Amino acid sequence: MDKTLYTLNVYSENIAGILNQITTIFTRRQLNIESLNVSASSIKGIHKYTITTCTDEDTIQKVTKQIEKRIDVVQAHYFTDDEIFFREIALYKIPTQELLDSNRVEYIVSRHNARIIEINPTYMVIQKSGTTEETQELYDDLKEIGILQFVRSGRIAITKSCVEKLSEYLTEREQKHIRSKKNCEE
Amino acid sequence: MPVYDCLYDYKEKLQHVLVRHEQGAAHAAQGYARVSGEVGVCVVTSGPGATNAITGIGDAMLDSTPIVVIAGQVVSSLLGSDAFQEIDLVSLTQPITKWSYQIRRAEDIPWAVARAFYVARSGRPGPVVLDFAKNAQIEKVAYEPCTIDYIRSYVPVPEMDPKAIAEAAAIINSAKKPWALVGQGVELGEAQNELVEFLEKADIPAGCTLLGLSALPSAHPLNKGMLGMHGNLGPNLKTNECDVLIAIGMRFDDRVTGNLKTYAKQAKIIHFDIDPAEVDKNVKTTVAVLGDCKETLAAVTELLEKNNHREWRDSFLPCEEKEYEAVVEKEIHPKEGQITMGEVVHAVSEATNHQAVLVTDVGQNQMFAARYFKFSQKRSMVTSGGLGTMGFGLPAAIGAAFGAPNRTVCFFCGDGGLQMTIQELGTIMETGTNVKIILLNNSFLGMVRQWQELFFKERYSNTPMINPDFVKIASAYGIKGRKVQQREELAGAIEEMLATDGSYLLEVEVEQVGMVYPMVPAGDTVTNVMLG
Repeated sequence: MDKTLYTLNVYSENIAGILNQITTIFTRRQLNIESLNVSASSIKGIHKYTITTCTDEDTIQKVTKQIEKRIDVVQAHYFTDDEIFFREIALYKIPTQELLDSNRVEYIVSRHNARIIEINPTYMVIQKSGTTEETQELYDDLKEIGILQFVRSGRIAITKSCVEKLSEYLTEREQKHIRSKKNCEE
Repeated sequence: MPVYDCLYDYKEKLQHVLVRHEQGAAHAAQGYARVSGEVGVCVVTSGPGATNAITGIGDAMLDSTPIVVIAGQVVSSLLGSDAFQEIDLVSLTQPITKWSYQIRRAEDIPWAVARAFYVARSGRPGPVVLDFAKNAQIEKVAYEPCTIDYIRSYVPVPEMDPKAIAEAAAIINSAKKPWALVGQGVELGEAQNELVEFLEKADIPAGCTLLGLSALPSAHPLNKGMLGMHGNLGPNLKTNECDVLIAIGMRFDDRVTGNLKTYAKQAKIIHFDIDPAEVDKNVKTTVAVLGDCKETLAAVTELLEKNNHREWRDSFLPCEEKEYEAVVEKEIHPKEGQITMGEVVHAVSEATNHQAVLVTDVGQNQMFAARYFKFSQKRSMVTSGGLGTMGFGLPAAIGAAFGAPNRTVCFFCGDGGLQMTIQELGTIMETGTNVKIILLNNSFLGMVRQWQELFFKERYSNTPMINPDFVKIASAYGIKGRKVQQREELAGAIEEMLATDGSYLLEVEVEQVGMVYPMVPAGDTVTNVMLG
């Protein structure tokens, strides 16, 4: 079956051990996690995981359902690249000497729309955000100069479709619960 | 220890059953839960006590059994330091529990315990682990009771979708050859009556999964028998003939479906389930009816037209006759040779008037019991389906006896599996539990032997068993028993067993080379049925 890079958004309660529960679902199916980003979401107490993995649609569907099934996971959704805006950030450490010897570094940095965030006598640090291809292109250009260190973050993504519906969903659930409780009491 | 010290004060109010091994504790909790519909509870110590319980936890996960396992843990300050008997139980059990939680402070106890029981019993039931740090056991806090019936991140029962209900009903109404697969979900949802109304109204024949066997009385005319690898001929053949396949509270296990590529491809598939993750997991559905099947079945039934599928129903008859002739008759009424497993099961089922709770171990004993034991009451089938745990049966039977104290519990096992948890005879001795143990002794790991005969050129690698004197062992535990080698003794021995007050071990020396047929070889097409 054809493999596609999918981006999985998972919202969970902020409880220790959720990541383990999510990753074991990938492990069971021998799926590699290509990138992973975890952070607090805009809703208090809810954490957001952005995971990318290469697989077919059938598998990602099943994985998403099995993740959502975990008690402390609120919702899980998967997306293809055309359904989301996504970025990652990369940092490159290169020797400062190159900057002094020629304008090559400046040229590369400006051509890639990157930023220099630190310069000291020994090295400088360049920051670039973009897609994996874009950060890789900068890496390839800087490689000739000599890269001392390189690091890339996991992907973060935001959906193209309107607003984040999670808070509405939670409010709805809360209200429904209150209603059903009232019904019971009556 | 602090917990047990407290239990000493509650001796009169809370009956504690001291099992002999923690695996037994977990299986006993399962047996209790399966027959009673309540949450089974077991308490185990930290470290090895907790790891010993893991087999039962995994078993409960695969078979959707509500249990709460409370495990000891070292004091919070020592966590992560490889302290004596420290094991990271939460991480170990997360993949095999519905929920696994470590209680590190006494303040969390009311919340965690309430949540544990709510999670275990609600929706699709399952095991919950509470890993209970020692300091939390001894800290003193003001107790504030807590009840939990809502968790914002957890939807135990998906909302019923009227569109799906209508679509399902329409498909069933236009079906010429509808065929229902009944799983344990019907028992868990207490939807046995709704099932019968549903099947009767539209006149739909049904087959049961191993765990769903007692959801529909065996004698019901629409019950066509068991599905799967050792199921009945009709149910397996008709799966690939029906035009609409209706799965109710079952999960298309590979032991039921065989090769998915050739499974029911001609049929429209309707899947009733409470767990959205089961839909389309193994078999692509035409319509998924999510929700509690007690409600969804009733809702669909309301939209069904009264129907009569006599011709289709009757088409099962030749299959039944063929199977009876090729397999069943010689298994349950053999005229010569050694006693067969099937004949013992059949005789016990008859002698108990099909009213007993059946508990099985795993292997040939399990398949023969499933095939030839008959059921007239719900929640009467206790077996390890998903995990296939040898050694499950004896402790599960003890649990079942506590869960259904007024019913006869018949436990079938083999000589291999019984020895895996045989120490629980001590629990029977101590508690006086009433379990009728029927040991089908063929001096082999019989199911493995069967596969070796069929698929490994009769190379019987490490399957013959050198066995102890089981009746003597039972006797050492104060359990009456008898060994039967001759056919003529069998009926009398069964009578004696059932008339005995308390537990009894009936050891029957059965033929060594018995084979469970019919058989669909693993991964083969469901219609490729070997009849022997």
